[in-house]
Amino acid sequence: MCLALPARVKALHDGQLATVELGGVRQKVSVALLEHVNVGDYVVVHVGYALTKLDPVEAERTLAELGRLEEAAS
Amino acid sequence: MKFIEEFRDGALAKKLAAELKAEATGSYHFMEFCGGHTHALCRYGLMDLLPPTVRMVHGPGCPVCVLPIGRLDQAIELAKKPGVILCTFGDMMRVPGRDRVSLVKARAQGATVKMVFGSGEALKVARENPDKQVVFFAIGFETTTPTTAVAVQQAAKEGLTNLSFFVNHVLTPSAIDAILGSQEAQDGTIRVDGFIGPGHVSTIIGSAPYERFARDAEKPIVVSGFEPIDLLQSILMLVRQRNAGRHEVENQFTRAVVREGNRKAQALVDETFELRKSFEWRGLGTLPDSALKLKAHLAAFDAEVKFELPYTAVADHPACSCGEILRGIKKPTDCRIFGTACTPESPMGSCMVSPEGSCAAYYLYGRHRAPAQPRRTA
Repeated sequence: MCLALPARVKALHDGQLATVELGGVRQKVSVALLEHVNVGDYVVVHVGYALTKLDPVEAERTLAELGRLEEAAS
Repeated sequence: MKFIEEFRDGALAKKLAAELKAEATGSYHFMEFCGGHTHALCRYGLMDLLPPTVRMVHGPGCPVCVLPIGRLDQAIELAKKPGVILCTFGDMMRVPGRDRVSLVKARAQGATVKMVFGSGEALKVARENPDKQVVFFAIGFETTTPTTAVAVQQAAKEGLTNLSFFVNHVLTPSAIDAILGSQEAQDGTIRVDGFIGPGHVSTIIGSAPYERFARDAEKPIVVSGFEPIDLLQSILMLVRQRNAGRHEVENQFTRAVVREGNRKAQALVDETFELRKSFEWRGLGTLPDSALKLKAHLAAFDAEVKFELPYTAVADHPACSCGEILRGIKKPTDCRIFGTACTPESPMGSCMVSPEGSCAAYYLYGRHRAPAQPRRTA
């Protein structure tokens, strides 16, 4: 139920709908819960609705912090 | 796939496990609130990577699991009414209600039940069936509530008179209150030294609502993503907080969660729903201010107003330990019918049905492994 997956916005349509893609599978979802969304954004999709945008800079930062741990451990 | 594969890196997971082993010098009992996290822990074998002194206690964050039999029975009654189409998430279909009658069984007996992927599909069913009364069986924590709100507002805008909502949306902070305030937590039957906060719920409500638990109950909380690297990192963050004597809200899932959450979704929820005075949860009992209902001006869309739906509380099957499992007192494998009289194909309780239920996680992943190693009982 709270399961959700990150998908990339491929196209925006009328009626607050967007086509998103995950691993080659396309699906139409509602973007009514988002303030702004652009083609190319990554969003978290749950029961046919985008809940939030994913921040690629923050994702990089999380991985970079782990990278530092990796260096420290090796 | 971006945002997924890099957070499943096996080498990185091993390094994190080594780090945890080095730093976890005390004893730690952490509760992952969310059933999605329970499944990730089981699916990726993460609990086997943890040092024996770090124990995960599985929480009640599974909406299908916490819905009591009485509410499911009401949905089944709705589906049996002539002219009604009940739209439900697939997860609910096989949960046994009173006398072990599920929605699947009710459908076989003639009730009209339609499985939908979300509230958007229920709108479509209502538009396509103007001569039927369509009811959406709305369940879920804060993750799902705004998606129901969108559909309610859309139905109001379109003036759909044949669509209503059987609302069972519940609140995460209330369930955390119930766990912390439980008899078992007070008398030490269960021990929770910190929480893994639910990532997807927090995309909507943000991390701010957990601050009072960190401050008042002095429990560290780390909001986490759902990939294996996310969870290992979050557990490490909890260990570090405990070691340093800190109890703060930290956010590991920064790529999706901000402190204030999704304001647009929150506003929509506020326009659509209000608190129920009390609501019965499976396992946790009847909790005040723990669930939502439609606001009075939207009563035309409220299935509980539109149809006569008397509520009868029904006790769980005496052999089923769902209640204790949801409170963190028992592990699925402590239940005497786990994997024998109760399987995902023929479930006795909701925790075995839902893809977020702890029993389903234990059944799907690793039930055939050797008996639990002594180290796991530490």
